[in-house]
Amino acid sequence: MKFKVFLSVLFSTLILFSNMSLSASPNTLVFSAIPDQDETRLKQRFGDIAKYLEKQLGVPVKYVPVKSYAAVVTAFRNNQIQLAWFGGLSGVQARLKVPGSQAIAQGVEDPKFHTYIIANHSTGLKASDEFPKGVAGKTFTFGSKGSTSGRLMPQYYIEKNMGDKVDNVFKRVGFSGNHSKTIALVQSGAYEVGAVNFKVWEKEVEEGKVDTSKVSLIWKTPAYPDYQWTIRGDVDKEFGEGFSNKVKAALIGLKDPDLLGRFPRSGFIEAKNSDFDPILETAKSIGIID
Amino acid sequence: MISVYKHSPAWNVSWLFVFLAGFSLFFADIEVISLEPWEELKRLFMGLLAPDWSNLSEIGEAFLQTLAFAILGVAGGSVIGFLLAQIFHWRWIQVSCAFIRAIHELFWALIFLQIFGLHPLTGLLAIGLPYAATFAKVYAEILEEGDRSALQAVSLDASRISTFFYARLPDLWEHFKTYTSYRLECGLRSSAILGFVGLPTLGYTLSSAFMEGHYSVVWALLLLFYLLIATIRYWVRPALLPVYIIAAPFIVANDSTISFDNVQRFFTEDIIPAPIMRGESLSESWQWLSDLLIHQALPGIANTVVLTQIALVASGILTLVFFPLISTHFFKPAGRTIGHVLLVILRTTPEYILAYILLQLWGPSMLPAIVALALHNGAIIGHLIGRYSLEIKLRADASRGLNRYFYELLPRLYGQFLAFLFYRWEIIMRESAILGILGIATLGFYIDSSIQELHFDKAMILIFITALLNVLVDALSRYLRAKLRLKTNVDCRATNDYCTARE
Repeated sequence: MKFKVFLSVLFSTLILFSNMSLSASPNTLVFSAIPDQDETRLKQRFGDIAKYLEKQLGVPVKYVPVKSYAAVVTAFRNNQIQLAWFGGLSGVQARLKVPGSQAIAQGVEDPKFHTYIIANHSTGLKASDEFPKGVAGKTFTFGSKGSTSGRLMPQYYIEKNMGDKVDNVFKRVGFSGNHSKTIALVQSGAYEVGAVNFKVWEKEVEEGKVDTSKVSLIWKTPAYPDYQWTIRGDVDKEFGEGFSNKVKAALIGLKDPDLLGRFPRSGFIEAKNSDFDPILETAKSIGIID
Repeated sequence: MISVYKHSPAWNVSWLFVFLAGFSLFFADIEVISLEPWEELKRLFMGLLAPDWSNLSEIGEAFLQTLAFAILGVAGGSVIGFLLAQIFHWRWIQVSCAFIRAIHELFWALIFLQIFGLHPLTGLLAIGLPYAATFAKVYAEILEEGDRSALQAVSLDASRISTFFYARLPDLWEHFKTYTSYRLECGLRSSAILGFVGLPTLGYTLSSAFMEGHYSVVWALLLLFYLLIATIRYWVRPALLPVYIIAAPFIVANDSTISFDNVQRFFTEDIIPAPIMRGESLSESWQWLSDLLIHQALPGIANTVVLTQIALVASGILTLVFFPLISTHFFKPAGRTIGHVLLVILRTTPEYILAYILLQLWGPSMLPAIVALALHNGAIIGHLIGRYSLEIKLRADASRGLNRYFYELLPRLYGQFLAFLFYRWEIIMRESAILGILGIATLGFYIDSSIQELHFDKAMILIFITALLNVLVDALSRYLRAKLRLKTNVDCRATNDYCTARE
């Protein structure tokens, strides 16, 4: 008897499963962003951006939080999000996977982005213009495995300057997960040296979150292009002719300093796919992209 | 002098394992990397004094999601497993199930994330699929060993289905129920840790809070999780289950849709090795494969094995320390209560979360992983052995204290102890591999790196290797148990120890 109840419940479950994905109300623009800083605040950071876009575009806009850089690329590729605030590398990866997608806007600071190499004071390393070769033999942390400023560019410049693979240069190489965490780990001494996105560093120093008596900047990489907004090529078909231009205009027209502070950027300017070719070349040379 | 005394095989095997673990220690990276690990530990425990419940809606949502994924995954897994159990005598079913089981839920989740993205199916399959394979095996064993005497009374022309429902199921129902409800507890743990790779369950909130050092939030989540597991027998009631199962799909539902193109692309492009996709020559393909094997698979396998062997012996040692804590032969009720609470906390906390906590404190060497695996598994086996020790009746004049431990109890419990430890061997290996996602250089580290770099072809090969390694250890463990004649029967009626040890 019990078993019959059991079975009937199972059947009803199966039926429910079949229509479980209450698919999104048609024409909702869903966007996401790489989780590059404090993950507990992602919703606060980007929720208001969704509201702004909704007002500007006249279609429902939704932000979904995502746990890793790769997951943002996958969601973009699977058309589960149509717009994303990517890093240089994740953007290049996404546009390779989704032909027709376009970089439409970047931060004012992004064409000339930098990575800061930071060190715990116990190392005695001091700021210099020359690459600090004294980092050899120290423990070192990147940010996320898929990060441009936290992994790709610092790895490239370290290997170029030291003439060896990072695994051989350092005593230990770790991946903190995001830039805020990198600062925290180098400050606490869990790692002696780290690579961090310069905008996140400057913002956290400004907000007084960094104890500069314990951790400081020792080197700055040459400039490279980084973050950008990328949109799928098929949005015009889905949302109407000229939609991606509308999104572009809305982003470039974003002037509210509070909202811009979420990125943190001083404003957005135009971007195009070829702006990020140097990133593609670097990723190929390191072997992240075949 | 000629000695006629010969050590037992169990003694020899034990020392072989201890020796292997000691040897592995030379290759293990067990440094404490943080400069101020105790400072951080102090902050963690300060969080316990004032758990932060302020963000109740977010915490509540995470718990609902954890519950819903666990219930649906386990329910789905048990139905499929039940059906598979009927045809489990087919060799290829056994082999495929063994293989599916050998891949950890987190790896399944990483795979399904690529196919279904954020759709709830990702979480359901990540739990449901490996659970179905486990259910199939254990259900088949229950059917195999169940009482068949009722069959003799069945009329010859009764159909197979009604024979099954009237002559077999009533006798076995209790076993199925016990094991399934035990698996629900495991399902809750699995569901919780899936959050670490991006599902909206407990692990998501927990890892984010941990990342930022919000320890009061961490404790709010952990305490609620302990409460949920401790009260499982009050809220899991046969009458309530249909309600849960019907409500759960609505909780996990979200806006994402599945596109068949993605599924097809995954199988026809993403996981096809890159040199084949590019149509490269055989020697280039070989170069690609050998690069992968030499630079990722081999170091990954070596570290996984090293971690597994050390953690296995450490679990064994901790078991021997833990079991007296809950045994009537050693402690009065008050002392045993403390022992019980300690063991319950250690075995309820998923080892992945335990390792995560210790990693944050000590930095990503192998040490936190060893300690986490040993604490969790030691607590599980310690609990089982502690309960077994109750069945041993000592004479009124039996020795006390250490003599009682070494000369009365340990020799009588040792076989059972080894059996349980070997059961957990494969589980420890599966966990060792998965802990790589946290930054220790086991196979999971290389699998996660490949996925982060969107090289799914490499990830699939590495996952395949991980599964093979597990199947191998499982076979070795079965061989040793048979060789040492360790008790391996399934008795889910008296206790569900076998299930707990086996997971």
